[in-house]
Amino acid sequence: MGNKQTVFTHEQLEAYQDNPFRQRIAQVFSEDGDGHMTLDNFLDMFSVMSEMAPRDLKAYYAFKIYDFNEDDYICMWDLEQTVTKLTRGELSAEEVSLVCEKVLDEADGDHDGRLSLDDFQNMILRAPDFLSTFHIRI
Amino acid sequence: MAADMARSLTFLLNVPETPEDQGPEPSPYDESEMHDSFHQLIQEQSLWAAEEGLELQQLGSGASGSDHQALLGPEGTLAHSSATLRILASMPSRTIGRSRGAIISQYYNRTVRLRRRTSRPQLGHLGRSARPSLRLYDLELDSTALEEEEKRVLLVKELQGLTVAQRDHMLRAMPLSLAEKRCLREETRTPRGRQGRRGLPSCCNRFRYACVLALHDLGLGLLSVLQVLTPWRYALKQIGGQFGSSVLSYFLFLKTLLAFNALLLLPLLAFIVGVQAAFPPPPLGPVPNFTGLELLTGAGRFTDTVMYYGYYSNATLNQLCAAPLDGGQCTPEASSLPYNMPLAYLFTVGVAFFVTCITLVYSMSHSFGESYRVGSTSGAHAITVFCSWDHKVTQKWASRLQHDNIRTRLKELLAEWRLRRAPSSVCGRMRQLAVLGLVWLLCLAVTLGSTVAVYTFSEFMIKSPESTEREGALLALPLVVCLLNLVAPYLYRGLAALEWHDSPVLEVYVAICRNLILKMVILGILCYHWLGRRVGAVKDQCWENFVGQELYRFLVMDFSFTLLDTLFGELVWRLISEKLRRGKPEFDIARNVLELIYGQTLTWLGVLFSPLLPALQIIKLVLLFYVKKMSLTANCQAPRRPWLASQMNTVFISLLCFPSFLGAAIFLCYAIWQVKPSSLCGPFRTLDTMYEAGKVWVRRLEKAGPRVSWLPWIHRNLVENTFPIYLVSALLLAMIYLNIQVVKGQRKVICLLKEQISNEGEDKIFLINKLRSVYERKEKSRIGRTHEDATSPAVLTDDRDT
Repeated sequence: MGNKQTVFTHEQLEAYQDNPFRQRIAQVFSEDGDGHMTLDNFLDMFSVMSEMAPRDLKAYYAFKIYDFNEDDYICMWDLEQTVTKLTRGELSAEEVSLVCEKVLDEADGDHDGRLSLDDFQNMILRAPDFLSTFHIRI
Repeated sequence: MAADMARSLTFLLNVPETPEDQGPEPSPYDESEMHDSFHQLIQEQSLWAAEEGLELQQLGSGASGSDHQALLGPEGTLAHSSATLRILASMPSRTIGRSRGAIISQYYNRTVRLRRRTSRPQLGHLGRSARPSLRLYDLELDSTALEEEEKRVLLVKELQGLTVAQRDHMLRAMPLSLAEKRCLREETRTPRGRQGRRGLPSCCNRFRYACVLALHDLGLGLLSVLQVLTPWRYALKQIGGQFGSSVLSYFLFLKTLLAFNALLLLPLLAFIVGVQAAFPPPPLGPVPNFTGLELLTGAGRFTDTVMYYGYYSNATLNQLCAAPLDGGQCTPEASSLPYNMPLAYLFTVGVAFFVTCITLVYSMSHSFGESYRVGSTSGAHAITVFCSWDHKVTQKWASRLQHDNIRTRLKELLAEWRLRRAPSSVCGRMRQLAVLGLVWLLCLAVTLGSTVAVYTFSEFMIKSPESTEREGALLALPLVVCLLNLVAPYLYRGLAALEWHDSPVLEVYVAICRNLILKMVILGILCYHWLGRRVGAVKDQCWENFVGQELYRFLVMDFSFTLLDTLFGELVWRLISEKLRRGKPEFDIARNVLELIYGQTLTWLGVLFSPLLPALQIIKLVLLFYVKKMSLTANCQAPRRPWLASQMNTVFISLLCFPSFLGAAIFLCYAIWQVKPSSLCGPFRTLDTMYEAGKVWVRRLEKAGPRVSWLPWIHRNLVENTFPIYLVSALLLAMIYLNIQVVKGQRKVICLLKEQISNEGEDKIFLINKLRSVYERKEKSRIGRTHEDATSPAVLTDDRDT
């Protein structure tokens, strides 16, 4: 954001909001889970998305963000939602389910068909880019 | 059937009697343990056809054997009963992520484990934990469960036992809100009251504690101030927001190089340049006029200045002699501080290089440790889905580009997978290898051609007499080298279009490899030309000055060519591609980073002969930052290829360390140990080699007396003697071999653990199935009993009537 402006037009704000997970991020960090954040929640969000947050903390919140139905597991449906949001719906349904299957093959350690928090954290350990992408510069 | 069950079950399954099993009534159990949405899920269970997240899907056929048990899917019979769901809801792997009490308990355990790191904590002493399996209690029936507040008090007590750094680390990793973490930190700060010990010891302890805390706070404050003061914070944020992490990595690398140059420049300024500028030697001759050409050639007006080696005196500065010189040594006056210039020159350059080496190796190993994992198999799909969205990107058009890139990447991964499944023909592989070999041969031929061209041109420059007279002709060799460095990468890119690789990342590595070989070979030829041929050719002049000036010219020419390349390569290309409607040119990260590494190598090569060269490099890097940023914003777009930023960072830092810095260090060592310095100029003009200045000093120390005899002893036995070096090398090799064996062992352990996790997963599925069948039977028997109860009162009343 520019440091010379203090009031933004609606178009300018729209131009800054194309993160496909913005609703989920708001839901995860808000207290009552409906997307309305207090100042403390806002600070929490930036604290977790900052450079100094440790990897495990980021992985924990990333897991919660990708868990769309909030049942503490990333199941097939959650994965399909994630892939659809990432590609803006431009992959065919067959390709989406193929990708989700391969993700489960690679990351599911206990072969129960979904990713638990431990599976997710193990997978994040193998991805050194995670720290630089799950990061908002202030 | 119940008897069978009792025989087969060897554990006591404490199944709670739940009078109400369905419906929207609130559960009698501890509701705060369950999230509201999950409770709603139980209600909607019966309505939804596709169970979300609560059913375990059947595994793909033939994936891992036929004895995998799976729960019945939606096409099977009824889903879990609510009692099963309730038990599933309180599974440890679920509750830990959910309730604050569970998080606090988990971190309490971690803190306890951290404190008693030497001994493994016994299971019986783990106390209250969120895991029912460890507490041997059923979570729902445990009426004596600690309140959250008591758990918190325990956690605070444990945190107080840690050191300040460990405590901060533990607090930082806790997934609680900031307000709670602040409260915890405040509570742990109050020092523990020491029971029974009054008076001075506790006062001292409190004072020490307060000092430690104050220092820690000061450190944190300085860290935050430093973060605010880092240069270009807003610019980097803009670049990251518009182009993503990959392009940002180039600018971060530029910033790193700036830091390295500043680290190199400071000791040189303090100990060599500043001192010599304060005590200027008598001028050698008339000072030539300043023409504009000096900025390009570095000669002329700049020759006899602090910029070059030849200006520095070979005597001891600031030494005012007390007694008149009578042919013997000069005894220094009491108030003067003699400064041995040759020694200072040698030591400062040596120490600056040593510090740079340590910093480089440390950052390389740190970066390598971040990006390499033992026993990690490739999880390209999972990593692309979960870790590839860059949250830094803020502009709409930039995130649209990211969407496109991720989609392309996923399609490519799927295509690769399909291709790998299809058997590749031997003919196809042979053809691919043949094309690969051919292209490599052609690239090596181009490299060889460039090398031969540079060599013949440099020989021509030595032999032709007018090269030393006309200043403009001095620019010919740098011009030729820069032209070759500019043209050859485009040739490589053209040749690379002929071949195809299995993975796009490999293409990037191969391109980097070829460019690197070209640059290093050309630099090698130039080093031979300077230290081997020029020294002999420039007999009655200052060859070190000449080499310093050559490197100055190379740096300046490299900078001008980079500017030209940015102008034509990016601006003109964009105009052309706009006409052709092809889209903006991509920012070629690998080529730009290699150019940065090349410039830094030139700086390191020239430090010995021109101590102010790092300053020039700093100016060049600062200008380059703004030029590249402007050109990027105006002309380019982010690269389409997936760019593993952190792996690439490791590669760049390693390239900076190994061919670049190592080559410069070898050049420096050769120049110091083997080459005779010129007898007309510089701090080493009377010596055989530059290293002799150190030897002379050590000999003087020996004569000085027994008080400093340890230094000559060290020099004689550790530096000049070769045996300790062999011993240290042998020890290092042994350590490396041991580390490799340890890593192999760890890999085996990781395989075993993965198998164990898989087996535990199977156990879990088996147990859930069994649980469900137990509940089903109980349901059936209960329904059977209610039927009997419904019919039996009629019988009873009949009985009572009669």
